[in-house]
Amino acid sequence: MTATTQPRTAELAPGQAKPKKPLKVQLKGQELAERKFARKLITPALVVAILITQVPFVVTIYYSFQNWNLARPQDRSFAGFDNYVAVITNGAFLPSLWATIRIVGGSVILSLVLGLILAVLLDRKFRGQALARTLLITPFLVMPAAAALIWKFSLLDFNTGMVNYGLSFFGIPPVAWNTDHPGLTIVFTLTWQYTPFMMLILLAGLQSQAGEVLEAADVDGASALQTFRYMTLPHLRTYAELATLLGTVMMIQVFDPVNIMTKGAGDTKTLPYLLYERAFIGQQIGEAAAYGVVTVIITIVIATAALRTLFKVFTEEAR
Amino acid sequence: MSAATVSAPSRSTRTKGSTLTRRKVSGYLVTALTWILVLLFFFPVLWMVITSFKTEGEAASYPPMFIFDPTWDRYIEVFRRGMGLYLGNSAAVSVLSTIVVMALAIPAAYALSVRPIGKWQDALFFFISTKFMPVAASIIPVFLLLRSLNLLDNLWSLGVLYIGINLPLAVWMMRSFFAEVPRAVVEAAQIDGASFNRELWRVALPIVAPGAAAAALICFIFAWNEYFLANLLTAVVARTTPPFLGSFVDGRGQFIAVLSAASTVAVLPVIAAGWLAQKRLVRGLAMGAVK
Repeated sequence: MTATTQPRTAELAPGQAKPKKPLKVQLKGQELAERKFARKLITPALVVAILITQVPFVVTIYYSFQNWNLARPQDRSFAGFDNYVAVITNGAFLPSLWATIRIVGGSVILSLVLGLILAVLLDRKFRGQALARTLLITPFLVMPAAAALIWKFSLLDFNTGMVNYGLSFFGIPPVAWNTDHPGLTIVFTLTWQYTPFMMLILLAGLQSQAGEVLEAADVDGASALQTFRYMTLPHLRTYAELATLLGTVMMIQVFDPVNIMTKGAGDTKTLPYLLYERAFIGQQIGEAAAYGVVTVIITIVIATAALRTLFKVFTEEAR
Repeated sequence: MSAATVSAPSRSTRTKGSTLTRRKVSGYLVTALTWILVLLFFFPVLWMVITSFKTEGEAASYPPMFIFDPTWDRYIEVFRRGMGLYLGNSAAVSVLSTIVVMALAIPAAYALSVRPIGKWQDALFFFISTKFMPVAASIIPVFLLLRSLNLLDNLWSLGVLYIGINLPLAVWMMRSFFAEVPRAVVEAAQIDGASFNRELWRVALPIVAPGAAAAALICFIFAWNEYFLANLLTAVVARTTPPFLGSFVDGRGQFIAVLSAASTVAVLPVIAAGWLAQKRLVRGLAMGAVK
């Protein structure tokens, strides 16, 4: 302890002690100017962010209290909580919430598990490790619209799809994925796209694990499985939480595969798609706005947890 | 599978030679398993590229054809359908919005990383919270406003929205890169009498240049891949690539080969860029929480 602090203070002394006094006087004026300048630096970004994201949301809240159908614009009036009552009672919201939970939840869990397996496999030295990692991140880079189309028409097609072709080698008869299991087709596509994302975060977590600790465990006679169960997994927990929450926040906005693969058919009408349908096909502005507000509230609950985890990671790293 | 059964073999095989060969063999097995999984994940992309060189008949054949006479015809077909315009639109809106985002984000992030106290912390929080705001929150008024201003099907309005979407991420990423610039370097510049302005552009920014490039790349990727707004707000003139691809859903007859060609063209730039910048990509995607 003393041995390590000793040279540090010695190092600091010559550089810091001398100019300290004259600098401090100078800093006062400079600090003020700096602060002013910093404000100038941040203002444009703040203004743009507020204008583009916050103002429209306030207007959305306002709309959600309006009776307003685009087909009859003259009948616009104050609606009170009617739209929110409609959201809960008209029977579309709860199935949609349920569909969102099933699709997003299923995809998050699947991609997290696959991401963990792949992260563990990639965290060891082997021939072509860099290439494997490069190939593995590719699904996340693929344009979601393209991913949805390729999965629907090229991979999951009943007659010519590659998935059914692959299954035929195991004696499994062809499955009509697109018509019988529309929810699964979306889960497949999302899982495929987000597994690399989960894998990358978990891999970073694995690599931040101190090598000496693992070596010590090895020397003490812990088996690989024991080390993984009692040391790696607890260490990974924060990273897994972060991956889960960020993945959830991204996937909860899922629209592309729904619009392209199922158009909301067969229990796949997620909240964003429901809002899109109400607002831009049904032209029910007030009611759609209420869906928007409810979606935001749900997202905020998840996002708050995400932010808390994010800051936990930061404080842990700072330690 | 209790702890006892797991630890038992490792204790009994502590004799040197057999442990080594066992480790080697199981190592090969794990490597093989890894590669199988990796190739499974990469297969859809590979298959898309392969299919794009087939004729429609070959693409729709079952069992699938692995050996065929490759042709560029589908690519010619894709551009005959006007994909050139959509690619150009996508490139323009992605590049321009990314430039503006970075121009706004770099100064803001620097201010936030130099003075991370009090109100600044709140500003930082605000930026990151907008990232979590679903598009659903703002799309209705935005759409109605653009419609009343006759600004639908307009690349500029799409670009402005992309700025709003990408700005928080860029600020957050850049802040995490700036935070790593050694204080000593900045202080040395201050002592040399560099202005705050100069300190940012000449001293700090060059140090974080690779990070800035990665942040810009991520913003570009998100703008390039964005479907919801592009589909809703553009029609003919300002159509970008994702909604063009989406229009294949209504395709009649056989279209898998031409769809694969269009998709390949659409994803190629992003995949190439992503491969090049993969290390820094991770950090940006995890919002700087991961090194």
